[in-house]
Amino acid sequence: MIAAESSPSATFQRLPDDQRIVITGLGLTAPNGNDWTAFRQALLEGRSGVQAYKIRYFGDTLAGICDFEAKRYQPRKELRRGTRAGSIGIYVANEAVGHSGLDWQNVDKARVGIYIGVTEHGNVETENEIHEIKGYDYNTDFWSHHHNPRTVANNPAGEIALNLGITGPHYTIGAACAAGNAGLIQGAQQLRLNECDVALAGGISESIHTFGIFAGFNSQNALAQHPEPARASRPFDLKRNGIVVAEGGCAYILERLSDAKRRGAEIIGELAGYAMNTDATDFVLPNPERQAECVQLALKRAGLQPEQIDIVSTHATGTNSGDSQECLALRTVFGNCTTVRFNNTKSYIGHAMGAAGALELAGNLAAFRDRVVHPTINVDQLDPACQLNGLVLNQPQEVPQVNYILNNSFGMLGINSVVIIHRYL
Amino acid sequence: MTNEEIREEIIDILQDIAPDEDLDSLEDDQSFREQLEMDSMDFLDIVMELRKRHRVQIPEEDYPHLNSMTSTVTYLEPKMRDIVRS
Repeated sequence: MIAAESSPSATFQRLPDDQRIVITGLGLTAPNGNDWTAFRQALLEGRSGVQAYKIRYFGDTLAGICDFEAKRYQPRKELRRGTRAGSIGIYVANEAVGHSGLDWQNVDKARVGIYIGVTEHGNVETENEIHEIKGYDYNTDFWSHHHNPRTVANNPAGEIALNLGITGPHYTIGAACAAGNAGLIQGAQQLRLNECDVALAGGISESIHTFGIFAGFNSQNALAQHPEPARASRPFDLKRNGIVVAEGGCAYILERLSDAKRRGAEIIGELAGYAMNTDATDFVLPNPERQAECVQLALKRAGLQPEQIDIVSTHATGTNSGDSQECLALRTVFGNCTTVRFNNTKSYIGHAMGAAGALELAGNLAAFRDRVVHPTINVDQLDPACQLNGLVLNQPQEVPQVNYILNNSFGMLGINSVVIIHRYL
Repeated sequence: MTNEEIREEIIDILQDIAPDEDLDSLEDDQSFREQLEMDSMDFLDIVMELRKRHRVQIPEEDYPHLNSMTSTVTYLEPKMRDIVRS
Protein backbone atom coordinates (compact mmCIF):
# COMPACT_ATOMS: atom_id res chain seq x y z
CA MET A 1 0.00 0.00 0.00
CA ILE A 2 1.42 3.37 -0.90
CA ALA A 3 0.91 6.60 0.98
CA ALA A 4 -2.44 8.21 0.39
CA GLU A 5 -2.44 10.93 -2.21
CA SER A 6 -2.72 14.40 -0.84
CA SER A 7 -6.34 15.41 -0.72
CA PRO A 8 -7.04 18.52 -2.78
CA SER A 9 -9.51 19.47 -0.09
CA ALA A 10 -6.97 19.59 2.74
CA THR A 11 -7.63 22.64 4.91
CA PHE A 12 -4.47 24.53 4.00
CA GLN A 13 -5.21 24.13 0.29
CA ARG A 14 -8.55 25.86 0.65
CA LEU A 15 -6.91 29.03 1.95
CA PRO A 16 -6.53 31.98 -0.42
CA ASP A 17 -3.06 32.14 -1.98
CA ASP A 18 -2.05 35.10 0.18
CA GLN A 19 -2.59 32.97 3.28
CA ARG A 20 -0.72 29.94 1.99
CA ILE A 21 2.94 29.92 3.02
CA VAL A 22 5.65 28.31 0.93
CA ILE A 23 9.37 27.68 1.29
CA THR A 24 11.25 29.15 -1.63
CA GLY A 25 14.84 28.93 -0.41
CA LEU A 26 17.01 27.53 2.29
CA GLY A 27 20.54 27.88 3.58
CA LEU A 28 22.19 25.75 6.18
CA THR A 29 25.31 24.66 7.92
CA ALA A 30 25.39 21.30 9.66
CA PRO A 31 28.29 19.36 11.14
CA ASN A 32 28.22 17.15 8.02
CA GLY A 33 27.46 19.67 5.29
CA ASN A 34 27.48 23.38 4.53
CA ASP A 35 24.67 23.44 1.99
CA TRP A 36 21.48 21.53 1.33
CA THR A 37 22.98 19.23 -1.31
CA ALA A 38 26.04 18.29 0.75
CA PHE A 39 23.91 17.76 3.85
CA ARG A 40 21.48 15.51 1.98
CA GLN A 41 24.36 13.55 0.46
CA ALA A 42 25.87 12.98 3.92
CA LEU A 43 22.52 11.74 5.23
CA LEU A 44 22.09 9.31 2.36
CA GLU A 45 25.66 8.06 2.78
CA GLY A 46 25.32 7.68 6.54
CA ARG A 47 28.10 10.20 7.19
CA SER A 48 28.24 11.60 10.72
CA GLY A 49 29.52 15.03 11.64
CA VAL A 50 30.34 14.21 15.25
CA GLN A 51 33.96 14.64 16.28
CA ALA A 52 36.22 14.61 19.31
CA TYR A 53 36.09 18.02 20.95
CA LYS A 54 37.71 19.79 23.85
CA ILE A 55 36.39 22.80 25.70
CA ARG A 56 37.85 24.72 28.63
CA TYR A 57 37.03 23.57 32.15
CA PHE A 58 35.04 20.59 30.89
CA GLY A 59 37.81 18.92 28.90
CA ASP A 60 37.51 16.16 26.33
CA THR A 61 34.08 15.40 24.94
CA LEU A 62 32.27 15.01 21.61
CA ALA A 63 30.46 17.56 19.47
CA GLY A 64 28.93 18.23 16.09
CA ILE A 65 31.20 20.94 14.68
CA CYS A 66 30.50 23.09 11.61
CA ASP A 67 33.27 24.15 9.23
CA PHE A 68 31.41 26.64 7.01
CA GLU A 69 33.46 29.46 5.52
CA ALA A 70 32.42 32.40 7.69
CA LYS A 71 34.48 34.88 5.68
CA ARG A 72 32.40 34.20 2.57
CA TYR A 73 29.86 36.72 3.86
CA GLN A 74 31.65 38.59 6.63
CA PRO A 75 34.74 40.79 6.64
CA ARG A 76 37.22 39.96 9.38
CA LYS A 77 36.26 42.99 11.43
CA GLU A 78 32.60 41.98 11.52
CA LEU A 79 33.60 38.47 12.52
CA ARG A 80 35.70 39.79 15.36
CA ARG A 81 33.01 42.07 16.68
CA GLY A 82 30.11 39.69 16.39
CA THR A 83 29.23 36.35 17.90
CA ARG A 84 29.50 32.80 16.62
CA ALA A 85 25.71 32.67 16.69
CA GLY A 86 25.57 35.78 14.53
CA SER A 87 28.12 34.34 12.17
CA ILE A 88 26.17 31.11 11.72
CA GLY A 89 23.03 33.18 11.17
CA ILE A 90 24.72 35.40 8.59
CA TYR A 91 26.05 32.41 6.68
CA VAL A 92 22.74 30.55 6.50
CA ALA A 93 20.73 33.71 5.78
CA ASN A 94 22.98 34.67 2.85
CA GLU A 95 22.85 31.11 1.53
CA ALA A 96 19.06 31.10 1.81
CA VAL A 97 18.72 34.41 -0.02
CA GLY A 98 21.00 33.12 -2.79
CA HIS A 99 19.11 29.85 -3.02
CA SER A 100 15.71 31.55 -3.21
CA GLY A 101 16.46 33.31 -6.48
CA LEU A 102 15.05 36.54 -5.04
CA ASP A 103 16.22 39.65 -6.88
CA TRP A 104 17.78 40.74 -3.61
CA GLN A 105 19.03 44.13 -4.80
CA ASN A 106 15.48 45.12 -5.58
CA VAL A 107 13.73 43.50 -2.63
CA ASP A 108 12.23 46.10 -0.29
CA LYS A 109 14.34 45.41 2.82
CA ALA A 110 11.74 47.08 5.03
CA ARG A 111 9.38 44.23 4.08
CA VAL A 112 11.78 41.46 5.09
CA GLY A 113 11.41 39.98 8.57
CA ILE A 114 13.96 37.88 10.44
CA TYR A 115 12.67 35.24 12.86
CA ILE A 116 15.41 33.07 14.28
CA GLY A 117 14.84 30.37 16.86
CA VAL A 118 17.44 29.96 19.59
CA THR A 119 17.75 27.56 22.47
CA GLU A 120 19.80 30.03 24.46
CA HIS A 121 22.05 32.95 23.67
CA GLY A 122 24.77 34.85 25.49
CA ASN A 123 26.26 32.02 27.48
CA VAL A 124 29.25 31.77 25.15
CA GLU A 125 30.11 35.44 25.48
CA THR A 126 29.49 35.57 29.23
CA GLU A 127 31.70 32.55 29.82
CA ASN A 128 34.40 34.15 27.66
CA GLU A 129 34.31 37.40 29.61
CA ILE A 130 34.42 35.69 32.98
CA HIS A 131 37.37 33.66 31.76
CA GLU A 132 39.02 36.86 30.53
CA ILE A 133 38.61 38.87 33.77
CA LYS A 134 39.85 35.88 35.76
CA GLY A 135 43.24 36.93 34.36
CA TYR A 136 42.72 40.35 35.97
CA ASP A 137 41.66 39.06 39.39
CA TYR A 138 38.00 39.45 38.43
CA ASN A 139 38.34 43.23 38.11
CA THR A 140 35.29 44.20 36.05
CA ASP A 141 37.14 47.20 34.58
CA PHE A 142 38.39 44.63 32.09
CA TRP A 143 34.89 43.44 31.12
CA SER A 144 34.32 44.01 27.40
CA HIS A 145 32.22 46.89 26.10
CA HIS A 146 31.11 44.41 23.42
CA HIS A 147 29.38 42.24 26.01
CA ASN A 148 25.89 43.74 25.85
CA PRO A 149 25.44 43.95 22.08
CA ARG A 150 26.82 40.42 21.86
CA THR A 151 24.52 38.98 24.48
CA VAL A 152 21.18 40.66 23.91
CA ALA A 153 18.74 37.93 23.00
CA ASN A 154 18.10 39.34 19.53
CA ASN A 155 21.83 39.32 18.68
CA PRO A 156 21.90 36.53 16.08
CA ALA A 157 18.91 37.97 14.19
CA GLY A 158 20.25 41.51 14.55
CA GLU A 159 23.62 40.54 13.10
CA ILE A 160 21.81 39.08 10.07
CA ALA A 161 19.93 42.36 9.68
CA LEU A 162 23.15 44.40 9.84
CA ASN A 163 24.91 42.15 7.36
CA LEU A 164 22.08 42.06 4.80
CA GLY A 165 20.76 45.59 5.33
CA ILE A 166 17.33 44.31 6.36
CA THR A 167 15.21 47.00 7.99
CA GLY A 168 12.02 45.05 8.67
CA PRO A 169 11.44 43.41 12.05
CA HIS A 170 14.09 41.13 13.48
CA TYR A 171 14.08 39.08 16.63
CA THR A 172 14.88 35.70 18.02
CA ILE A 173 12.40 33.21 19.35
CA GLY A 174 13.59 31.56 22.55
CA ALA A 175 12.05 28.11 22.47
CA ALA A 176 14.64 25.67 23.85
CA CYS A 177 15.12 22.83 21.40
CA ALA A 178 11.77 23.46 19.72
CA ALA A 179 13.21 26.73 18.43
CA GLY A 180 13.91 25.72 14.84
CA ASN A 181 10.28 24.89 14.22
CA ALA A 182 9.19 27.88 16.30
CA GLY A 183 11.18 30.26 14.08
CA LEU A 184 9.56 28.84 10.99
CA ILE A 185 6.10 29.05 12.53
CA GLN A 186 6.69 32.66 13.60
CA GLY A 187 7.78 33.57 10.08
CA ALA A 188 4.64 32.03 8.59
CA GLN A 189 2.42 33.82 11.09
CA GLN A 190 4.03 37.18 10.36
CA LEU A 191 3.54 36.66 6.62
CA ARG A 192 -0.12 35.86 7.20
CA LEU A 193 -0.43 39.03 9.27
CA ASN A 194 1.17 40.96 6.41
CA GLU A 195 3.96 42.16 8.71
CA CYS A 196 6.48 41.31 5.99
CA ASP A 197 6.63 39.99 2.42
CA VAL A 198 9.69 37.79 2.88
CA ALA A 199 10.44 35.92 6.09
CA LEU A 200 13.93 34.68 6.89
CA ALA A 201 12.99 32.05 9.42
CA GLY A 202 14.62 29.09 11.09
CA GLY A 203 17.01 28.38 13.91
CA ILE A 204 20.66 28.52 14.88
CA SER A 205 22.90 27.25 17.64
CA GLU A 206 26.43 28.02 18.76
CA SER A 207 26.03 25.94 21.90
CA ILE A 208 29.21 23.90 21.54
CA HIS A 209 31.19 27.02 22.45
CA THR A 210 29.84 27.10 25.98
CA PHE A 211 31.27 24.62 28.47
CA GLY A 212 28.14 25.03 30.54
CA ILE A 213 25.93 23.04 28.20
CA PHE A 214 28.30 20.07 28.28
CA ALA A 215 28.76 20.28 32.03
CA GLY A 216 25.02 20.70 32.51
CA PHE A 217 24.06 17.66 30.44
CA ASN A 218 26.85 15.71 32.11
CA SER A 219 25.48 16.56 35.54
CA GLN A 220 22.08 15.39 34.32
CA ASN A 221 23.73 12.13 33.23
CA ALA A 222 22.54 13.00 29.73
CA LEU A 223 25.78 13.62 27.82
CA ALA A 224 26.67 10.94 25.26
CA GLN A 225 29.94 9.08 25.48
CA HIS A 226 31.39 6.62 22.98
CA PRO A 227 34.93 5.65 21.96
CA GLU A 228 34.00 6.28 18.31
CA PRO A 229 32.64 9.84 17.93
CA ALA A 230 30.53 9.00 14.87
CA ARG A 231 28.75 6.27 16.85
CA ALA A 232 27.94 8.39 19.90
CA SER A 233 24.61 9.87 18.85
CA ARG A 234 22.31 6.86 18.79
CA PRO A 235 18.64 7.64 19.29
CA PHE A 236 16.44 4.55 19.69
CA ASP A 237 19.41 2.24 20.32
CA LEU A 238 19.27 0.18 23.49
CA LYS A 239 22.73 1.41 24.47
CA ARG A 240 22.14 5.11 23.87
CA ASN A 241 23.59 7.13 26.69
CA GLY A 242 22.76 10.75 26.01
CA ILE A 243 23.05 13.82 23.83
CA VAL A 244 25.87 14.90 21.54
CA VAL A 245 25.82 18.70 21.51
CA ALA A 246 26.13 20.24 18.05
CA GLU A 247 26.23 23.66 16.45
CA GLY A 248 24.51 24.56 13.23
CA GLY A 249 21.94 26.71 11.55
CA CYS A 250 19.21 26.64 8.96
CA ALA A 251 17.28 29.57 7.53
CA TYR A 252 14.31 29.32 5.21
CA ILE A 253 12.95 31.91 2.86
CA LEU A 254 9.20 31.91 3.38
CA GLU A 255 6.78 33.75 1.15
CA ARG A 256 3.07 33.89 0.57
CA LEU A 257 2.09 31.57 -2.28
CA SER A 258 0.66 34.53 -4.21
CA ASP A 259 4.05 36.32 -4.13
CA ALA A 260 6.01 33.19 -4.94
CA LYS A 261 3.79 32.47 -7.96
CA ARG A 262 4.07 36.06 -9.14
CA ARG A 263 7.85 35.95 -9.29
CA GLY A 264 7.93 32.39 -10.63
CA ALA A 265 9.83 31.08 -7.62
CA GLU A 266 10.79 27.46 -7.30
CA ILE A 267 8.71 26.13 -4.43
CA ILE A 268 10.43 23.61 -2.16
CA GLY A 269 7.36 22.90 -0.05
CA GLU A 270 4.26 24.38 1.49
CA LEU A 271 3.47 24.76 5.16
CA ALA A 272 0.45 22.48 5.57
CA GLY A 273 0.05 22.82 9.31
CA TYR A 274 1.78 23.49 12.55
CA ALA A 275 1.18 23.44 16.28
CA MET A 276 2.88 24.41 19.49
CA ASN A 277 1.79 23.47 22.99
CA THR A 278 3.17 22.98 26.48
CA ASP A 279 3.50 20.00 28.82
CA ALA A 280 3.24 22.04 32.02
CA THR A 281 4.45 18.99 33.90
CA ASP A 282 8.23 19.10 34.35
CA PHE A 283 11.39 21.15 33.73
CA VAL A 284 13.08 18.44 31.67
CA LEU A 285 11.00 15.26 31.48
CA PRO A 286 8.77 15.06 28.41
CA ASN A 287 5.05 14.40 28.51
CA PRO A 288 4.01 12.03 25.71
CA GLU A 289 0.36 12.92 26.10
CA ARG A 290 1.01 16.60 25.35
CA GLN A 291 3.42 15.67 22.54
CA ALA A 292 0.73 13.50 20.93
CA GLU A 293 -1.77 16.34 21.32
CA CYS A 294 0.65 18.69 19.58
CA VAL A 295 1.03 16.30 16.63
CA GLN A 296 -2.73 15.81 16.46
CA LEU A 297 -3.36 19.55 16.53
CA ALA A 298 -0.97 20.10 13.62
CA LEU A 299 -2.70 17.33 11.66
CA LYS A 300 -6.12 18.75 12.45
CA ARG A 301 -5.14 22.25 11.36
CA ALA A 302 -3.76 20.88 8.11
CA GLY A 303 -6.91 18.84 7.61
CA LEU A 304 -4.92 15.60 7.37
CA GLN A 305 -5.23 12.09 8.72
CA PRO A 306 -2.14 10.47 10.32
CA GLU A 307 -1.85 7.93 7.48
CA GLN A 308 -1.37 10.75 4.98
CA ILE A 309 2.04 11.60 6.50
CA ASP A 310 4.91 9.96 4.63
CA ILE A 311 7.86 10.84 6.86
CA VAL A 312 7.91 11.72 10.53
CA SER A 313 11.18 13.42 11.40
CA THR A 314 11.54 12.59 15.08
CA HIS A 315 13.03 14.82 17.72
CA ALA A 316 14.66 11.98 19.72
CA THR A 317 17.98 13.13 21.18
CA GLY A 318 19.48 9.88 22.43
CA THR A 319 18.37 10.14 26.03
CA ASN A 320 16.77 7.16 27.69
CA SER A 321 13.52 8.81 28.65
CA GLY A 322 13.13 11.34 25.84
CA ASP A 323 13.33 8.81 23.01
CA SER A 324 10.95 6.27 24.47
CA GLN A 325 8.44 8.93 25.50
CA GLU A 326 8.37 10.44 22.02
CA CYS A 327 7.88 6.98 20.51
CA LEU A 328 4.99 6.41 22.90
CA ALA A 329 3.44 9.67 21.71
CA LEU A 330 3.99 8.68 18.07
CA ARG A 331 2.44 5.23 18.57
CA THR A 332 -0.61 6.98 20.04
CA VAL A 333 -1.06 8.99 16.85
CA PHE A 334 0.35 6.70 14.14
CA GLY A 335 -0.11 3.27 15.75
CA ASN A 336 -2.47 1.99 13.08
CA CYS A 337 -0.65 3.45 10.09
CA THR A 338 1.22 1.18 7.71
CA THR A 339 2.95 3.56 5.32
CA VAL A 340 4.34 6.23 7.65
CA ARG A 341 8.15 6.20 7.93
CA PHE A 342 10.04 7.54 10.92
CA ASN A 343 13.64 8.71 10.98
CA ASN A 344 16.03 10.71 13.12
CA THR A 345 18.69 13.12 11.91
CA LYS A 346 20.38 13.71 15.27
CA SER A 347 21.96 10.29 14.85
CA TYR A 348 24.27 11.93 12.27
CA ILE A 349 24.86 15.44 13.57
CA GLY A 350 24.04 15.33 17.26
CA HIS A 351 21.63 17.76 18.81
CA ALA A 352 21.93 21.16 17.15
CA MET A 353 19.68 22.71 19.79
CA GLY A 354 18.04 25.86 18.39
CA ALA A 355 18.90 24.75 14.86
CA ALA A 356 17.77 21.16 15.32
CA GLY A 357 14.17 21.44 14.15
CA ALA A 358 15.01 23.56 11.12
CA LEU A 359 18.00 21.44 10.10
CA GLU A 360 16.25 18.11 10.54
CA LEU A 361 13.36 19.32 8.42
CA ALA A 362 15.79 20.46 5.72
CA GLY A 363 17.46 17.03 5.73
CA ASN A 364 14.09 15.47 4.98
CA LEU A 365 12.70 18.02 2.50
CA ALA A 366 14.92 16.65 -0.24
CA ALA A 367 12.86 13.45 -0.05
CA PHE A 368 10.07 15.24 -1.94
CA ARG A 369 12.37 14.97 -4.95
CA ASP A 370 14.53 11.90 -4.41
CA ARG A 371 11.82 9.84 -2.65
CA VAL A 372 14.35 8.35 -0.27
CA VAL A 373 13.87 8.27 3.49
CA HIS A 374 17.25 8.67 5.15
CA PRO A 375 17.63 6.31 8.07
CA THR A 376 18.36 6.68 11.74
CA ILE A 377 21.96 5.47 11.98
CA ASN A 378 23.79 3.85 14.88
CA VAL A 379 20.94 1.57 15.88
CA ASP A 380 22.66 -1.74 16.65
CA GLN A 381 19.91 -3.02 18.87
CA LEU A 382 16.57 -1.28 18.81
CA ASP A 383 15.19 -0.46 22.22
CA PRO A 384 11.80 -2.23 22.35
CA ALA A 385 10.42 0.93 23.99
CA CYS A 386 11.27 2.79 20.77
CA GLN A 387 9.59 0.36 18.40
CA LEU A 388 7.55 2.08 15.70
CA ASN A 389 6.07 0.50 12.61
CA GLY A 390 7.95 2.13 9.78
CA LEU A 391 11.08 3.12 11.68
CA VAL A 392 13.81 3.41 9.04
CA LEU A 393 17.04 2.08 10.51
CA ASN A 394 20.62 2.17 9.25
CA GLN A 395 19.81 1.90 5.52
CA PRO A 396 18.00 4.47 3.37
CA GLN A 397 14.59 3.37 2.14
CA GLU A 398 13.08 4.28 -1.19
CA VAL A 399 9.37 5.00 -1.16
CA PRO A 400 6.88 5.47 -4.01
CA GLN A 401 6.33 9.11 -3.18
CA VAL A 402 6.67 11.67 -0.42
CA ASN A 403 3.87 14.19 -0.11
CA TYR A 404 3.92 15.12 3.55
CA ILE A 405 6.73 15.46 6.08
CA LEU A 406 5.92 16.00 9.73
CA ASN A 407 8.74 17.45 11.83
CA ASN A 408 8.81 17.12 15.62
CA SER A 409 10.86 19.44 17.80
CA PHE A 410 10.54 19.48 21.56
CA GLY A 411 12.39 21.28 24.32
CA MET A 412 12.96 21.82 28.01
CA LEU A 413 10.24 23.32 30.17
CA GLY A 414 7.84 21.21 28.14
CA ILE A 415 7.75 23.17 24.89
CA ASN A 416 6.49 21.15 21.92
CA SER A 417 6.36 22.08 18.26
CA VAL A 418 5.25 20.28 15.12
CA VAL A 419 5.45 21.44 11.52
CA ILE A 420 3.93 19.66 8.52
CA ILE A 421 5.27 20.44 5.04
CA HIS A 422 3.57 19.44 1.83
CA ARG A 423 5.26 18.77 -1.48
CA TYR A 424 3.88 21.62 -3.53
CA LEU A 425 2.11 20.23 -6.55
CA MET B 1 58.66 53.07 25.87
CA THR B 2 59.88 55.47 23.24
CA ASN B 3 57.40 57.31 21.05
CA GLU B 4 58.27 54.94 18.24
CA GLU B 5 57.52 51.94 20.46
CA ILE B 6 54.22 53.48 21.53
CA ARG B 7 53.35 53.94 17.87
CA GLU B 8 54.18 50.31 17.14
CA GLU B 9 52.00 49.26 20.05
CA ILE B 10 49.05 51.26 18.68
CA ILE B 11 49.57 49.75 15.23
CA ASP B 12 49.57 46.31 16.80
CA ILE B 13 46.27 47.06 18.54
CA LEU B 14 44.78 48.52 15.35
CA GLN B 15 45.69 45.37 13.45
CA ASP B 16 43.39 43.45 15.78
CA ILE B 17 40.62 46.04 15.73
CA ALA B 18 40.67 46.76 12.01
CA PRO B 19 41.99 43.56 10.41
CA ASP B 20 40.69 44.44 6.95
CA GLU B 21 42.52 47.79 6.78
CA ASP B 22 45.87 48.59 5.23
CA LEU B 23 47.79 50.22 8.08
CA ASP B 24 51.04 50.66 6.12
CA SER B 25 49.63 53.73 4.44
CA LEU B 26 48.34 55.31 7.63
CA GLU B 27 49.09 59.04 7.79
CA ASP B 28 50.06 59.89 11.35
CA ASP B 29 48.75 63.45 11.29
CA GLN B 30 45.40 62.60 9.79
CA SER B 31 42.56 61.42 12.00
CA PHE B 32 41.97 57.68 12.29
CA ARG B 33 38.31 58.09 11.37
CA GLU B 34 39.20 59.76 8.08
CA GLN B 35 41.41 56.86 7.11
CA LEU B 36 39.91 53.80 8.76
CA GLU B 37 36.40 52.52 9.20
CA MET B 38 36.24 53.03 12.94
CA ASP B 39 33.35 53.77 15.26
CA SER B 40 33.07 54.49 18.96
CA MET B 41 33.24 50.81 19.88
CA ASP B 42 36.57 50.56 18.05
CA PHE B 43 37.98 53.46 20.05
CA LEU B 44 36.81 51.72 23.21
CA ASP B 45 38.76 48.71 21.98
CA ILE B 46 41.93 50.84 21.91
CA VAL B 47 41.19 52.06 25.44
CA MET B 48 40.53 48.52 26.67
CA GLU B 49 43.61 47.05 25.04
CA LEU B 50 45.87 49.71 26.58
CA ARG B 51 44.27 48.97 29.94
CA LYS B 52 44.75 45.23 29.55
CA ARG B 53 48.25 45.34 28.15
CA HIS B 54 49.77 48.17 30.14
CA ARG B 55 47.27 49.13 32.85
CA VAL B 56 47.04 52.55 31.20
CA GLN B 57 43.80 54.29 32.19
CA ILE B 58 42.28 56.75 29.74
CA PRO B 59 39.39 58.76 31.22
CA GLU B 60 36.48 59.52 28.92
CA GLU B 61 37.24 63.24 28.78
CA ASP B 62 40.60 62.41 27.23
CA TYR B 63 39.19 60.36 24.35
CA PRO B 64 39.55 63.29 21.88
CA HIS B 65 43.32 62.84 22.22
CA LEU B 66 42.95 59.53 20.39
CA ASN B 67 42.09 61.39 17.19
CA SER B 68 45.21 60.66 15.14
CA MET B 69 48.35 58.61 15.58
CA THR B 70 50.37 61.72 16.36
CA SER B 71 47.93 63.04 18.96
CA THR B 72 47.58 59.55 20.50
CA VAL B 73 51.32 59.07 20.87
CA THR B 74 51.74 62.57 22.30
CA TYR B 75 48.97 61.92 24.80
CA LEU B 76 50.28 58.49 25.82
CA GLU B 77 53.94 59.44 26.07
CA PRO B 78 53.85 60.59 29.74
CA LYS B 79 51.67 57.58 30.67
CA MET B 80 53.85 55.02 28.92
CA ARG B 81 57.41 56.32 28.95
CA ASP B 82 58.26 54.36 32.11
CA ILE B 83 56.83 51.11 30.75
CA VAL B 84 59.50 48.69 29.67
CA ARG B 85 58.51 46.93 26.50
CA SER B 86 58.37 43.19 27.00
